[in-house]
Amino acid sequence: MADTTPTEALGPPLSGAAEVPDVPRQIVARLSGADRAFRALLRGGGLAVFAITGLIGGFLLYRAWDTFRVAGWKFFTTSTWLLGSNHFGIASVLPNGLVIALTALVVAVPCALTAALFISEYAPAVLKRPLVALIDLMAAIPSIVYALWGVFFLQPRILGFSRWLSDHLGGVFPPFKVVGGDMQILFQASPFVAGLIISLMVIPIITSICREVFSQAPSGEREGAYALGASRWGMIRTVVLPYGRGGMIGAIMLGFGRAMGETIVVALFISPVYVFNWHVLHTGGLSIPGLIALWYSESTPTMISALMAAGLVLFVLTLIVNAVAGVIITRSRSGAQTAD
Amino acid sequence: MTELSTVAAPPAPPAAHTPRPGRPAEDPDLGRRIRRRSVTLDGVCAVLGSLLASFGLVWLIYERILPLTGAVGFALVWYAVFLLFLGTVTAMLWGRRAVTDRIVAALMVTLGLIIVALILDQVGYVAFTGRHALFHWNFVTQTMAEVGPLDPFTHGGVWHAMVGSLEQMGIATALAVPLGILAALFLVEVGGPMAQAVRALIQAMTSLPEIVAGLFVYALVVLTLGLPKSGFAAAIALTIMMIPFVARSSEVMLRLVPRSLREASYALGASQWRTVWTVVLPTARSGLTTAVVLGMARAIGETAPLLLVDGLNNYMNADPFQHWQTSLPLYIFEFVRYPQDAERVRAFGAAAVLMALVLILFTLARVLGGKAPGELTRRQKRQMARDRALAAAARAAAEEGGDHGAA
Repeated sequence: MADTTPTEALGPPLSGAAEVPDVPRQIVARLSGADRAFRALLRGGGLAVFAITGLIGGFLLYRAWDTFRVAGWKFFTTSTWLLGSNHFGIASVLPNGLVIALTALVVAVPCALTAALFISEYAPAVLKRPLVALIDLMAAIPSIVYALWGVFFLQPRILGFSRWLSDHLGGVFPPFKVVGGDMQILFQASPFVAGLIISLMVIPIITSICREVFSQAPSGEREGAYALGASRWGMIRTVVLPYGRGGMIGAIMLGFGRAMGETIVVALFISPVYVFNWHVLHTGGLSIPGLIALWYSESTPTMISALMAAGLVLFVLTLIVNAVAGVIITRSRSGAQTAD
Repeated sequence: MTELSTVAAPPAPPAAHTPRPGRPAEDPDLGRRIRRRSVTLDGVCAVLGSLLASFGLVWLIYERILPLTGAVGFALVWYAVFLLFLGTVTAMLWGRRAVTDRIVAALMVTLGLIIVALILDQVGYVAFTGRHALFHWNFVTQTMAEVGPLDPFTHGGVWHAMVGSLEQMGIATALAVPLGILAALFLVEVGGPMAQAVRALIQAMTSLPEIVAGLFVYALVVLTLGLPKSGFAAAIALTIMMIPFVARSSEVMLRLVPRSLREASYALGASQWRTVWTVVLPTARSGLTTAVVLGMARAIGETAPLLLVDGLNNYMNADPFQHWQTSLPLYIFEFVRYPQDAERVRAFGAAAVLMALVLILFTLARVLGGKAPGELTRRQKRQMARDRALAAAARAAAEEGGDHGAA
């Protein structure tokens, strides 16, 4: 209130003066020019992320336009990839990618949740930091190293297990059935093996987010559970897991997005069959990233445009999955604290 | 494994608390510090005992009595019997309520050990398969120029790929780190509804498929700008993969800076950018370093984007702007698909080199950073101890002087 004179503000009102009610002074923080520039710069940094995402989508769409115009909806309903006869689509590679990603998640989610719980709840304090570092290291191991290890070390050793699964459970659980005999080669390069390798890359992603969320569970509620006589597992079941549910769902979806986009493992397998293969133990099953990695060296404009279209579908799909995951994590009770 | 019985012990009163009337003055537990140890002797003995007992039992039954063989089956049965024994021992020692707790703990430790074993196995297997190539110094000092597929391992190496990898990672870091940290600062310092959207988007972009980044850079650099495939294009693809990672992990680090520090700075009349520049960033320096170096470790191992925007060559090309520039992941990916065993061994050797680079970066991140905001380095702690000792000495000297004066 700039118009109040000092006497009015300090002493009791003089007898002749009008009664001025006590109104709290309004605090207006005026930003200096430098600050305004600084905030604009930061805002630019935030906008740049939008811009990059928009550019990726825009350029892919621009380059894929020809394909969508020529192929139309058939692009989503055709299974084969025969460019010469203009008969191509992603009806087989897209669901194949989903099958691989789901296989990876089936293995990764229990492992990652257990690992996260162990680090945040069970591990002695001395072990916590080394374990967190180990998970970080797992995330930093290049995917090509996972792929080499998986294809040359894991695959020959896991085939026996694949056969065992198909022999004993194939009758009960149709996805485990392998049709066409008992040859070793039928079990090679299957979505199951690819999913196993990819699950190792997904585990650190899910683990680190879940660990963060679990460790934020309020100590008051933890102590309350203990005071009511819960054992540690009882406390985890009743406090930590319900608290971290949103974060867990988000983390799993992020892991799904990562598994959908994994390229190198699928590309090293190279089993270019364009049929939807839901028998996870059976050989074959190319995903969209694998398709792109397989054909990138073909430089005809039609092919490039078709690959861009496939890439665009993958991009939009993973972006939706991941963005929903991000929103779930932020909206959840655990995320509300980190975002003020 | 918490000592459950200590939970029942009365809580230790604060040291400065005067005893209330009516409370026995010489309570033996008074002032005893309750330690919640997670590993106790009893717990360790229970686990070891169950392990040995189940091993003996299973060996006897499985190998001697039942007509079964096979290491995998033996291990599985042994583990199941171990869990059973552990549960029984726990029920006898600590009551039935503790059984689930102990068994879950045992399962978790087992899983942790399996994960550790898997990682060690990966590193070990890759290095072991590539050992014939790795054992020659020329593997890291020579290029593949004029080296044929039948040449011995004493010829040729991956020096050119290492240079390419490091250059591309360097360019990507230089581009991605300022942008990433700016975005993180926006989330932490400006906030607002737009920040929520940016945060979700950054979260989403951290698992952007690698190959999509490659496709985008191909569409932008090669198809639209008409530039050739090069190391620089690869670096741009790496930048796109790196920005969200750096932004996300820096945001976590910046958020750890205590609010009171910012408020203290504002109270002294500092403007926002001064506060960020002189208080927030230096406080979070250690964490930011970790974020950046981990981002570099991620970037150096990215393979898929490079397939589309860069190519393999066998000679040294230190200029990222011209011609194809080989990097380690690309070298591995191409060489492992050659039919000759020797080339495959070279690929595994290169993978071991790549792993070594990642490990070096990773260790660097741990050594440089990993400190909580405001946590002092060892040198700073020594300096503070020295200062304190000097001040104490000065105070003692002053007091002595005062005594002399009084006398």
